[in-house]
Amino acid sequence: MKKILLGTAALAFSASMAMAASHMQTVRMGTEGAYPPYNFINDAGEVDGFERELGDELCKRAELSCEWVTNDWDSIIPNLVSGNYDTIIAGMSITDERDEVIDFTQNYTQPDPSAYLVMTGNEGLDLGSAVIAAQTGTIQASFVAESGATLVEFATPDETIAAVRGGEADAVLADKSFLKPISDEGGDLVMLDQEELIGGGVGLGVRESDGELKAKFDAAIQSMKDDGSLNALIEKWEIGAPF
Amino acid sequence: MFASCADPSQLEGLSWLLCYLTTGKHLSIYVSVGTVLLLLAITAPVALAFGFGGAMAARSHVAPLAWFGKGYIAIVRGVPDIAFFLFFVIALDQFFEWLRHEWKCPDWDQPIRQGNDFVVCAQAKLPLSTAPQWVHETYGFSLAVLTFAIVFGAFAANVLYGAMRAVPRAQMETAEAYGMSRRQCFWRILVPQMWVYALPGLSNLWMVLIKATPLLFLLGVEDIVYWARELGGSKTTRFTDYPHGDWRVWYFGALLVFYLLFTRLSELALGRIMARLTRGQATMGGEAQRKAG
Repeated sequence: MKKILLGTAALAFSASMAMAASHMQTVRMGTEGAYPPYNFINDAGEVDGFERELGDELCKRAELSCEWVTNDWDSIIPNLVSGNYDTIIAGMSITDERDEVIDFTQNYTQPDPSAYLVMTGNEGLDLGSAVIAAQTGTIQASFVAESGATLVEFATPDETIAAVRGGEADAVLADKSFLKPISDEGGDLVMLDQEELIGGGVGLGVRESDGELKAKFDAAIQSMKDDGSLNALIEKWEIGAPF
Repeated sequence: MFASCADPSQLEGLSWLLCYLTTGKHLSIYVSVGTVLLLLAITAPVALAFGFGGAMAARSHVAPLAWFGKGYIAIVRGVPDIAFFLFFVIALDQFFEWLRHEWKCPDWDQPIRQGNDFVVCAQAKLPLSTAPQWVHETYGFSLAVLTFAIVFGAFAANVLYGAMRAVPRAQMETAEAYGMSRRQCFWRILVPQMWVYALPGLSNLWMVLIKATPLLFLLGVEDIVYWARELGGSKTTRFTDYPHGDWRVWYFGALLVFYLLFTRLSELALGRIMARLTRGQATMGGEAQRKAG
């Protein structure tokens, strides 16, 4: 009797495992975890933020089971291409240069204007000749490099802010939604009125050979755009303008 | 973690600090200290084994084996660590996946390299993309151990190669005169006596290895330096219950103390090993010990 019971239990268990395995494709989501409100590590040590909520919802709609992975920004594209994870969901703006190496889904945010943050009292500086901090490999870094101002690059977003506080740079150029919570905090940093419109919105990065996954996420993003749930998320996390 | 930590904004002083230092994020940095110690504990013996093998190969009388040993030492010692870590691990990972791919999916008809992408069939992925996160982390950690072992093994091989040549020739001649075979001479006379010559070089390597552990982050393993940078960065009220300014200096200060203590302890331990190895040796240290004793 005991054997029969055990046997049925084992059978039921393995059957449900097989069902789960056949229905749910596992997708590994690569993110940086250092760019609030897009993505950051919360107090509990887990990935949190706009993209965490968005990604979980997209996976639910596309019937995928998702696993979150953090990776350094510098090597985030090479590690996608060599297959260590399957998507980049890290506030990455869609640009032509990146599009040559990887593919993007449709954008899930509007093009977010980039803004400057400076020390209080330094609002009158001449941006054309200033020293401007930006994160390495971002659209802001290439914008500053082309603008003629002096560019200093840092590996993490947080270090770009610290550089302005420490006097290494006069201003930092980054996505406005990233800088806003910092200037709202009051204290020593203020945002300039001048904004730069660069980038074509943020999308999910996938491998060029992964057309099927791209189609699934495209459909899921479209469905979130259609029923307004994406706009609700954008409002909640204050990621620029809604669709 | 504690019930009293439910609303940190009401806390002050030590109780705030206690809650702050026990958040889930801080537990991650404590775990990563363990990761670093584990890496050292596994890498050191593996690298020593690689070094011993490399030194034996380099002084082999079989020419191809000697070329292999000398080539290994020369190439790995000559390539900058950071280039080796960035290139080698990705190449090694892709090599393993390619081997599994050839074995598991013989009827795959698409090319492995499609533009920039490296594509193998789903069954050949290492680890499988369905595997839980800890398997991925363990795999990354093992790749890290292997890479560290290969790099430091090359340096250890050079040290041991020199140490083997430093054993006084008279010792070997005596062994030969007793009628010992080449193998017996090597294992019974040369190896036991060479350690005293190898230890200063090996202890340097150990110190460098301790300080090289932050390279772990290049290999995708979240080590203490990564967490110190992440935890120390300034935090705004919107995204954490524990907002603070730029505290990186405190975190890196703590790391400094950790590494200094660790290297100091290592020095003490190595000093004792040196004293033990010197006993009865035909060196100045051995002679001094004999006179004192």
